[in-house]
Amino acid sequence: MAVYIVKRFFMMIATILIIATLTFFLMHSIPGSPFDEERTTNPTIQANLEKYYKLDQPVAVQYVYYLKSIVTFDFGPSIKKPNETVNSLLARGFPISFELGMITILVAVISGVTLGTFAALRHNGFIDYMAMTFAVVGISVPNFVLATLLIQQVAVTWQLLPPATWSSPLHMILPTLALATGPTAIIARLTRASMLEVLTQDYMKMARAKGLTPFRIVVRHALRNALMPVVTIMGTMLAGILTGTFVIEKIFAIPGMGKYFVESINNRDYPVIMGSTVFYSAFLVFMLFLVDIVYGFLDPRIKLHRKDGDV
Amino acid sequence: MNEHQFDNANALVCNRNEDLDRQKGKNRKTVSTEKVLTVEELHVSFKTFGGEVQALRGVSFELYKGETLAIVGESGCGKSVTANTIMGLIPQPPGRIKNGKVLFKGKDLTKLSKAGLRKIQGVDISMIFQDPMTALNPTLQIGEQLTEGYRTHHKVSKANAREKAIEMLELVGIPNPEERLKQYPHQFSGGMRQRIVIAIALICEPELLIADEPTTALDVTIQAQILELFNEIQEKTGVSIILITHDLGVVAKIADRIAVMYAGKVIEIGEKREIFYTPQHPYTKGLLNSVPRLDLKEEELQPIEGTPPDLFAPPVGCPFTARCPFAMDVCDRVYPETTHLTKNHAVNCWLQDERAKLVFT
Repeated sequence: MAVYIVKRFFMMIATILIIATLTFFLMHSIPGSPFDEERTTNPTIQANLEKYYKLDQPVAVQYVYYLKSIVTFDFGPSIKKPNETVNSLLARGFPISFELGMITILVAVISGVTLGTFAALRHNGFIDYMAMTFAVVGISVPNFVLATLLIQQVAVTWQLLPPATWSSPLHMILPTLALATGPTAIIARLTRASMLEVLTQDYMKMARAKGLTPFRIVVRHALRNALMPVVTIMGTMLAGILTGTFVIEKIFAIPGMGKYFVESINNRDYPVIMGSTVFYSAFLVFMLFLVDIVYGFLDPRIKLHRKDGDV
Repeated sequence: MNEHQFDNANALVCNRNEDLDRQKGKNRKTVSTEKVLTVEELHVSFKTFGGEVQALRGVSFELYKGETLAIVGESGCGKSVTANTIMGLIPQPPGRIKNGKVLFKGKDLTKLSKAGLRKIQGVDISMIFQDPMTALNPTLQIGEQLTEGYRTHHKVSKANAREKAIEMLELVGIPNPEERLKQYPHQFSGGMRQRIVIAIALICEPELLIADEPTTALDVTIQAQILELFNEIQEKTGVSIILITHDLGVVAKIADRIAVMYAGKVIEIGEKREIFYTPQHPYTKGLLNSVPRLDLKEEELQPIEGTPPDLFAPPVGCPFTARCPFAMDVCDRVYPETTHLTKNHAVNCWLQDERAKLVFT
């Protein structure tokens, strides 16, 4: 296990390095510079600015500075927001985005698994049909459509909940709902499918023959095995939810990372683009690593420290 | 059936002698007359898209304390449905117990609630499944799988349950039980897993053990060991066993009595020697003749021609009629009454009727 974690750690670093390099060169291959729109800038000032941000130097040299900034985790000042550094933007925006993402994941997993389990236990019954209808709708409707619909109906027409911002738990309900519906639907469908398969296994019959309580049979024997595919898609789903937060933040005017991220790309605010990309990819790679660890705990047959399993 | 086939059956008898007498080091163990289980006129059906399958159509038998009753028959004859019905594992729907009783300790198991059944499942009646590779949950330590039933039913501490589990693993012959408790099913071989399945079934000291094809999925060498284990356990604990199998070799080794099932009915039942030496039903005879044997030439192997009847619309008369070499007009129309030949030997066949002699002379 320890060997595996160390190995994975180095692989994570390699992954992040590749992402960082790709981002850097892609960014520099886009025509234009951060100062394009500022027509009033006189050439001398612009030259000074470029010197200040080291933009006058060859790309290779800039790349080295960039790598240094990653290692020291100091991405320097933002070009467009002179009073801010990338780190201060991250420190302010990320916790909010993280909160939104985590609440969404939590809601999606809990409600998705519950829904899928009940649907499987009442296979072809009323609950099953209701849950699967919901799932189809949930998967088909994009979150930005759902978000605007929710604002229109719940916040504007019925005036039940606040339409925007992230200032109290009450404000969190609509954005979370908009963002979590899709993942909930996917998890519910997946849980139902794998649960149906698990329920026909011999060990389930054996568990019933032992005279165990129905709760124990479902939770301890069935669910644990049925959750494998759910854990597998959790990794990619996390990525989806993280990018989803950008859109949802924009719609609900939530001051998270998403706003700065999108703005920074439009403005060619190089330090912010690179800082947030590296930060987000590091975060995502780490979450994927966690998912793999959980996988190993759920299924003892998966040996994390060895590639070729010997029984 | 011609004369040649009868000779064949006699030859079988002589060869089986050895196997029959070797069992348990004694010819016939003393079985008490105390009834553990009585199955009466059990009718079980399953609803499917194609219609209703009448899986059991009036199964009756009794089981005495400390004996092994083997239920034999072809695939689809209702052996496993019988086992699952006794165990209360028939999913309802699509299954339905239409008629009949399963009397255990004075209670009719078919009438019990789910909660009532749980008090019996795993405690008084246990079951062993066919394939040990799939009967154990791959994600739980075998220690937990062993003790969970015991702890549910006896409300004992973890430590006590662990002790009991170690004791059970020793009983079924698994070395280093303490270390093994922490392992997962994939760390055991097939034979070892079946031993664990047996240990799980026995941990609450049940009075009745239902073994559904317990050796079918195992290597021949392991089969012999597991059968030996059944004998040992029965001697030690006095448990009654219902053994479901289509393997007559297994039956010869450990059964005391044999019930032959065909198309959802018990067509012949008797002590092992009676069934092997003096089978009365043409189907039983055919079953014995169709066992491949090393000491007979290939062409002397006598398969039963044809296939069992469709249980969507089972025949009114004897279901074996279409395949029976002795079929008479009456067979197709009326199901034969039970004829009791000896105390334990009973058969449902028109050939036992006095008037049948007139037909075949």
